[in-house]
Amino acid sequence: MSWRPAEIFFWIACLAVFFVFPLHLVLASQVVITGLFALSLDLVLGYAGIVSLGHAAMFGSGAYAAGLFAKHGWGEPISGLIVGAAAGAAIAYATSFIALRGGDLTRLMVTLGIGLMLYEAANQMASITGGVDGLSEIEMRDLLGLFPFDLGGRTAYGYSLVVLFGVFCVSRRIVRSPFGLSLRGIRDCARRMSALGSPVRRRLIAIYTISGAIAGLAGALLSQTTQFVGLEVLSFSRSADLLIMVVLGGAGWLYGGLIGAAVFMIAQSLLSGMNPVYWQFWLGLLLILAVFFSPGGIGGTAVALRQRWFGRPT
Amino acid sequence: MLSSLPGVLFDGIAYGSLLFIMSIGLSVTMGLMNFINLAHGSFAMLGGYVCAVGMARLGIPFLATLPLAFLAAAAVGAVLERSLYRHLYRRSPLDQVLFSLGLTLMSVAAGTWVFGSGQQPVHLPAFLLGQVRIFGIDLGVYRLFLIAIVGLITAALVLSLRRTRFGARIRASVDDAQTSAGLGINVGRVFSITFVLGSGLGGLGGALAIDVLGLDPTFPLKYLVYFLLVVVVGGAGSIAGTLTASLLLGLFDVAGKYYVPAIGAFVIYGLMVVLLLLFPGGLRWGAR
Repeated sequence: MSWRPAEIFFWIACLAVFFVFPLHLVLASQVVITGLFALSLDLVLGYAGIVSLGHAAMFGSGAYAAGLFAKHGWGEPISGLIVGAAAGAAIAYATSFIALRGGDLTRLMVTLGIGLMLYEAANQMASITGGVDGLSEIEMRDLLGLFPFDLGGRTAYGYSLVVLFGVFCVSRRIVRSPFGLSLRGIRDCARRMSALGSPVRRRLIAIYTISGAIAGLAGALLSQTTQFVGLEVLSFSRSADLLIMVVLGGAGWLYGGLIGAAVFMIAQSLLSGMNPVYWQFWLGLLLILAVFFSPGGIGGTAVALRQRWFGRPT
Repeated sequence: MLSSLPGVLFDGIAYGSLLFIMSIGLSVTMGLMNFINLAHGSFAMLGGYVCAVGMARLGIPFLATLPLAFLAAAAVGAVLERSLYRHLYRRSPLDQVLFSLGLTLMSVAAGTWVFGSGQQPVHLPAFLLGQVRIFGIDLGVYRLFLIAIVGLITAALVLSLRRTRFGARIRASVDDAQTSAGLGINVGRVFSITFVLGSGLGGLGGALAIDVLGLDPTFPLKYLVYFLLVVVVGGAGSIAGTLTASLLLGLFDVAGKYYVPAIGAFVIYGLMVVLLLLFPGGLRWGAR
């Protein structure tokens, strides 16, 4: 359980952003929130081997739950987070019974279908969700009664980073527990794990629900820090982009999602300033190159390079 | 309300026919090699642009653009299959999804760059416009034309699968690739040819679809869900299942949007979940 120097350096760097880039904290807090969302997908994709194209369902549920909770009178942030996480977990648990059936293809399709259904539901229930106009006029109280949410994103960044770090510590504990080990076993060979007496289905439902709670938490953070919930929190492109981030960063080592999210969002904000369409073109090209030349993503490539240069297996 | 039922049924069948022709290539690719090709809609879009540009800028008549759309999509499919797809058959579904998603994003961007982001107009020839009255129901001529074309193509596909040697090879490879290879069938080549034909049919479908679904660069992403729904519900690799699923989804989508507009697109997603729960392996029935 000891923290390696590179890990400590990573978190110090995250903290340093607060002081080094005080003018970019709004983007930075978006990156942290997306990183948290990516962490939730990495838990199911990288550790349990569940391919999902509809993870925005849980993110969006958390965002709407926290947004509605605050809009209808209770603007206290911490309890809003809990509501968001509960909403994400509830959706994940309810849908896990159909989403975890069958092979990869069926899972992809069913998660995609669930995501689209929720999007359509939010779109149709405009009286509650605001429909395409989104949910605005969310009034947040000061965080812990001390820190008001400011336009510069100072509170947003600090708040998101603390939540991310907390969830990261819990996730790190989970993946190193016997439970996490059994998940990796299921990913590699589900049939053998069930022959060993591991309750495969229950384990998968458990991690899917945990992942849903984290995704809901990320959604709640987004609606609290931006004080707005748009319909796109449930969109297909949010799920697809998330999958791309996790894979580009490297699935299955927790930091992959965080690094992928940071690289993706910073590149997006730099490149789409020129033209959003070209950004899509380069993103597509990058994906194809990644599939052909670097199957492990940024993390896997780094490990491979280190082995080649230093000849030290990790 | 009920008096419109025949019209809704008819529109639904026409729409389902379109879905079938665009999805059949994808279904065979998935059934044959378990390859998840999210970029299938890009071939349909390509066919659509060949048709639209051929008519608007080169003055080719509509009917003549249809074979061109087929050939263009098939040619691009052949090049991509040989250069890129081939290397990914043995990779994990996740790699295939990412690769084909990347290809889709690039095609959307390329389409926007070349043709702009607007809708492409299509001017059907006069004999495909208007309506005819059959048994007291007004039927759109173009939709009748669609149903006829799809009927012809389905008959041709079924006959060639059942009656020709190549069809027998495809059926054998879908059932068990390893044994077929052991019996001397070149499964790789069977797959390449099927992929190219499937891409071509996608292109043809894209050209036929412009008048009904419209055509803009986001086409591959917008209708991706429909293609995948058809394939998953119908059971990959099965012509009968794909046809049933296309017609069912087409009918329910049109009827849902007509009778219960409030829940709109919900109808087909709900239908998908129900069908997948009832038939986890897809609707495939009878011989393939």
